[in-house]
Amino acid sequence: MIAARHDNNGWRKIKSALASVLSMCAAVLVIAPLGLVFFYLLQKGAGSVNWNFFTQLPKPVGEAGGGMANAIAGTGELLGIASLIGIPIGVLGGVYLAEYGTSTRNWWLRFVADILNGVPSITWGVVVYGMVVLTFKSFSAYAGGLALGFMMIPLIMRTTEEVLLLVPNGYREASLALGISRWKTIVHIVIKTASKGIITGILLALARIAGETAPLLFTAFGNRFWNRNLAEPIAALPLQIFSYAISPYEDWHRQAWAGALVLVVGIFVINVLVRFLTRGRTATVL
Amino acid sequence: MSNLTMSSPTPISKSSGITPTPPEDSNSQVAAPAFDVKNLSIWYGEKRAIKDISIQIPARTVSAIIGPSGCGKSTFLRCLNRMHELVPRTRIEGQILFNGENLYRPGSDPAMARRRIGMVFQKSNPFPTMSIEENVLVGLRLNGVRDRHVLNERLEKSLRMAALWDEVKDDLKKPGMSISGGQQQRLCIARAVAVEPEVLLMDEPCSALDPIATARVEELIRELRTRYTIVIVTHNMQQASRVSDRTAFFYVGELIEFGETAQIFSSPRERKTEDYITGRFG
Amino acid sequence: MPPPSRFADKAFEWVTLAMALVVVLLVILVGWQLARGSSAAIQKFGFHFLATSTWDPVAEQFGALPFIYGTIVSSLIALIIAVPLSIATAVYLTELAPLWIRQPLTSLIEMLAAIPSVILGLWGIFVMIPWLRDYPFPLLKRYLGWTGLFTGPIYGVCMFAGGIIIAIMILPIITSVSREILRSVPDLQREAAYALGATRWEVTRIAVLSYAKRGLFGAMILGLGRALGETMAVTMVIGNTPQIAASLFAPGYTLASVIANEFTEATTDLYLEALFEIGLVLFAITILANLIGQLLLRTLKTSGARRAA
Repeated sequence: MIAARHDNNGWRKIKSALASVLSMCAAVLVIAPLGLVFFYLLQKGAGSVNWNFFTQLPKPVGEAGGGMANAIAGTGELLGIASLIGIPIGVLGGVYLAEYGTSTRNWWLRFVADILNGVPSITWGVVVYGMVVLTFKSFSAYAGGLALGFMMIPLIMRTTEEVLLLVPNGYREASLALGISRWKTIVHIVIKTASKGIITGILLALARIAGETAPLLFTAFGNRFWNRNLAEPIAALPLQIFSYAISPYEDWHRQAWAGALVLVVGIFVINVLVRFLTRGRTATVL
Repeated sequence: MSNLTMSSPTPISKSSGITPTPPEDSNSQVAAPAFDVKNLSIWYGEKRAIKDISIQIPARTVSAIIGPSGCGKSTFLRCLNRMHELVPRTRIEGQILFNGENLYRPGSDPAMARRRIGMVFQKSNPFPTMSIEENVLVGLRLNGVRDRHVLNERLEKSLRMAALWDEVKDDLKKPGMSISGGQQQRLCIARAVAVEPEVLLMDEPCSALDPIATARVEELIRELRTRYTIVIVTHNMQQASRVSDRTAFFYVGELIEFGETAQIFSSPRERKTEDYITGRFG
Repeated sequence: MPPPSRFADKAFEWVTLAMALVVVLLVILVGWQLARGSSAAIQKFGFHFLATSTWDPVAEQFGALPFIYGTIVSSLIALIIAVPLSIATAVYLTELAPLWIRQPLTSLIEMLAAIPSVILGLWGIFVMIPWLRDYPFPLLKRYLGWTGLFTGPIYGVCMFAGGIIIAIMILPIITSVSREILRSVPDLQREAAYALGATRWEVTRIAVLSYAKRGLFGAMILGLGRALGETMAVTMVIGNTPQIAASLFAPGYTLASVIANEFTEATTDLYLEALFEIGLVLFAITILANLIGQLLLRTLKTSGARRAA
């Protein structure tokens, strides 16, 4: 009987070890795509990332070379327009959730914001097409920026709320006890204290929408040339990658890989920057 | 404002230490108290935290509030500058007159009351994004004072008043969080006096400090008494007896006794007070 | 000192409230725009739109069934692949992995989440599809062909490839939500099981997983919500053919893909309306999935808070 119990214990330990190994394999499989994607981006894209890529317009089919300067600038402009919409609404809405309101009302607002986060990105394209493109009868940078801005709102709202709630109440009380009004307390004390976290949230939101393609397909639309007027179609890096990827030309495929490499490096740089910014904070908060 | 010029008689009795209290208690001594609280009750939702308290707090004295934890002493203190309004679902009944004016006059701005009635908290809380100088001046700046001369003059005056000037005068641009815990608490006192309030409410200001820092803050409180009405909540009875002229004993939301500190600690009139100060409960 | 402006205080509160209410406004805006844009199509086709499988823009016959089928099947494939992997990874991250490895691994998973869909699609077309076509697919056909799921010509682009790429897209979200849920399991639960002499895995199975079941289900539903609306990567590998085929090696089409591909080509009003209606259907099912997922996670959180209080 003792032997049997021994066996049983042994089996239980083996099972436990097995579970550890299997779950580790799962973890490896989950991050494998990351390594594979990165490897191929470097292998197929690095060769085409050169000075011309950043400074020249795309070349017509058949002509080698050319770049994506207009698409890189376009992505920058679109992110700028999106920020003008997404940052003020997101940050101020987050302020309301953290500083005002009743718990029931804020529960609902939070819930709706989270639902909104789950709306497929292509939907924003369709909606903004109906709102802006049909109304003004033209694809435009404004429309693309608006679609991206809509996507930023719930993202920034929730992260802003979270970091504001991390600000200890003592600071609010200390400020109010000096006879400082509530809104000045929030703007000059609470938001200032949490500014690093808010900026982090904004950067992450920008990184997230910088690679969005679906909302731009029929809003910004894409443009083979420089955009001279924000009311006209504009190029964007993800759009350009998409149209080159599904094209039948070898040259364009190479350009697509180069564009993808540049886009991913840009997004990762923001992510690493954010990790660096928040390293101290998360350590003390958690 | 008028009663600020009036001299308060209480410090005299303090200096003699064991002068017996007149039988009529606090009321007879001070013609115009800083706070005149009448039948105050405070509710948190369904729970009544303060039960029908009436008390007159004299001007330019140190009044200590003692009592076991959960007796409502902090709640009461926070009513005196309307800080409790920040907690949702609280309401008050009764009346608080501050210098003869209704503190809770409908339509009046709590921010105005708080400028005249400053507060120092249990945990020192200098604003982490600001320097020592900015911390002291933030109340003035955000309340619209721009004049550089006024600000400079007030900076030094406030830090001197908080007995901190000599220690930090060369480090004014350093972060407010960079100094020691005791210095931070005195910085908070400087920040509070910079807006020139008439009253300082102190909510266990030394509970997070070591004995040496505590002694400095207590010394400061005694010095400030000549200029301010001070109400201090403390769970430390020795501290109350060291710094205060008058002491109030709170027990489960009720005011049991209020009188000269010496009398409260030597010959309390109420049985509950005696039990508490002799350590039989609490 | 000038008296504070009470008007400014009120105004600030109202402004922030208005900004917070924008999220509600946006949900209404999306629903209204999609309904408005498809009203004629809804009137013309009625419920047949959801139940017919002809998609012929030239004859102006529009039925969404192949897209609904493609969306559901590709999402199911994605869930079947992603859910076990994600939950196992979350368990590894919170319960079994050595401490030093947890943070770097979490960061890597967050980086996977940061890869844009279009780039995964690019990789899918040029790396994953050729590999699948040459190695695993023939094996699947040979050994599992009898099931009927893996038969027919192997093009590479197909429903199965679409499911795999969606799985990669939703791995990070299911993993990170599951990880949060496992972390919220009180340590008391684990300690109680350890005290009974349970092994690490037994503690995980008995104390942690059974406790977190509901939340993990919520994580799965949230992943489903993402899967249903995934657009670019799946558009690039699924084959974009509106058909309902038993074999997973046959090309398919999803709701999101057909919008992405055909929206700018919609030459007639009715065609565009039909695509708006596809958008409406997509919006409705993703909202539903998110609603259920969020509610599952939320009840968990509030009951947890009540326990703590």
